[in-house]
Amino acid sequence: MAYSEKVMDHFANPRNVGEIENADGIGEVGNSKCGDIMKMYIKVENDVITEVKFKTFGCGAAIATSSMATEMIKGKSINDALKLTNKAVMEALDGLPPVKVHCSVLAEQAIKAAISDYYTRKGIDPEPFVGKIPDCDECGCH
Amino acid sequence: MRNIYADNSATTAISPQVLEKMMPCLTEFYGNPSSLYRIGGKAKEIVENARENIAKNLGAAFANEIFFTSGGSESDNWALKGVCHALKAKGKNHIITSKFEHHAILHTCQSLEKEGFEVTYLDVYENGIVRVEDVENAIRDNTAIVSIMYANNEIGTIQPIAEIGAVCKKHKVLFHTDAVQAAGYVKINVVEQNIDLLSMTAHKIHGPKGCGLLYVRRGVKIDNLIDGGAQERNRRAGTENVAGIVGLDAALQLAVDTMDRRNAKLTKMRDRLIDGLLKIERSRLNGDREKRLPGNVNMCFEGIEGESLLLRLDLCGISASSGSACTSGSLDPSHVLLAIGLPHEIAHGSMRLSFSDENTEEDIDYILEKVPEIVSYLRAMSPLWEAIKKREAEENN
Repeated sequence: MAYSEKVMDHFANPRNVGEIENADGIGEVGNSKCGDIMKMYIKVENDVITEVKFKTFGCGAAIATSSMATEMIKGKSINDALKLTNKAVMEALDGLPPVKVHCSVLAEQAIKAAISDYYTRKGIDPEPFVGKIPDCDECGCH
Repeated sequence: MRNIYADNSATTAISPQVLEKMMPCLTEFYGNPSSLYRIGGKAKEIVENARENIAKNLGAAFANEIFFTSGGSESDNWALKGVCHALKAKGKNHIITSKFEHHAILHTCQSLEKEGFEVTYLDVYENGIVRVEDVENAIRDNTAIVSIMYANNEIGTIQPIAEIGAVCKKHKVLFHTDAVQAAGYVKINVVEQNIDLLSMTAHKIHGPKGCGLLYVRRGVKIDNLIDGGAQERNRRAGTENVAGIVGLDAALQLAVDTMDRRNAKLTKMRDRLIDGLLKIERSRLNGDREKRLPGNVNMCFEGIEGESLLLRLDLCGISASSGSACTSGSLDPSHVLLAIGLPHEIAHGSMRLSFSDENTEEDIDYILEKVPEIVSYLRAMSPLWEAIKKREAEENN
């Protein structure tokens, strides 16, 4: 198993690591048993994600996909961010080994979870916009 | 940047002395040992001299109890499948092994289970050591073989081999040990330790890859695993890997000659490293602290994941390994760490460092400088660590 140079770059120098105080939305996906947890923080102004930070417990691919996904939604509208797919994240990283594809799925879900939380805080039902975010138990890991 | 190879349990660099002895077998004495002409005869003589010397170094009674193989996995497969198939007709269809054997044993057992053999997987407890009384209690009338590794490949714990051998002898059950990790680091005497079959390989002790052996005590019934030519007294077909065999012999001889000095040096380095790493909060040593290979350090650091740790160590020039799921290509962490009772989330954050004579105290200094830095860095970005610290604060209030 070998990681692409892009994955290694985002792993070695992850972008947007940290937390946002007074975030407008926080999403956490994964669990410690599977070995991956991603937590994303977003700041939203006029429907645009002005700031995004993440914290991740996980392998090299988990950290790299978190980093790349946050880069890809920074400055984007909520709608555009919701369109981000795990495939796009993988492509941006020049691919992932097959056993690591689930890390990119987790990154996509973490963004959706943060946006979902943003809607919920505003008193809006997130499901029509975000859809259902599957539980980690449903990922088929165990 | 320093380059530190700390994964000697995975494989080792070939020793120049070993390589020197192997070279003429590749260039000058390239004949087939089965051929009649002189160059073949010379190769045959080289192989038989190696066999005799290896037998002596393992305490075997006869040189022809040593059978050369392609390495540890083949030897393990052959020992279990060969003995079980040979004893099946006598109604012996039970195997005893432990939960934390190498996959060469565990997967072979699973394969034999599919054929109808029954396998008892013994507990290894928190210290990673099989209990002799558990072995004795598991032995039945239909037990064909007991297979317990000499030292574990991940956590380095050394098993009570002589005691298990004595119990097996008492109950007239065959005893196999996978000594792939232990050979060269412990004093092996197959006769005194009542070992009936023993697997080892050259590449863990500065020999070449692709050559190992299975010791089979005279009188043990064992079916062939590889059929074909008449090599190895009709027991293991295939043209002998002459250079590999010479390398195996030379590596074992070197290991035996230098064992006391190396073990003293490595034990000192290992213990200093363990003491240093245990200063990291929420870290733990996996496996018994005393009864472990002199070059093995296996630690867990809560709140971080092993592959990330490994990749960051690699960025600092340190080659190590991990029992994390992510490095194994599966989703479960190491079966060894689960067998000693670690929960998944802690087992994911493991690191194995394994040293050889080529490592130095300066290597330990460098590792002691880098590991705490990397652990702190990864913890700072870990939501799991954040949760652990939050829980800790709540408990303290």
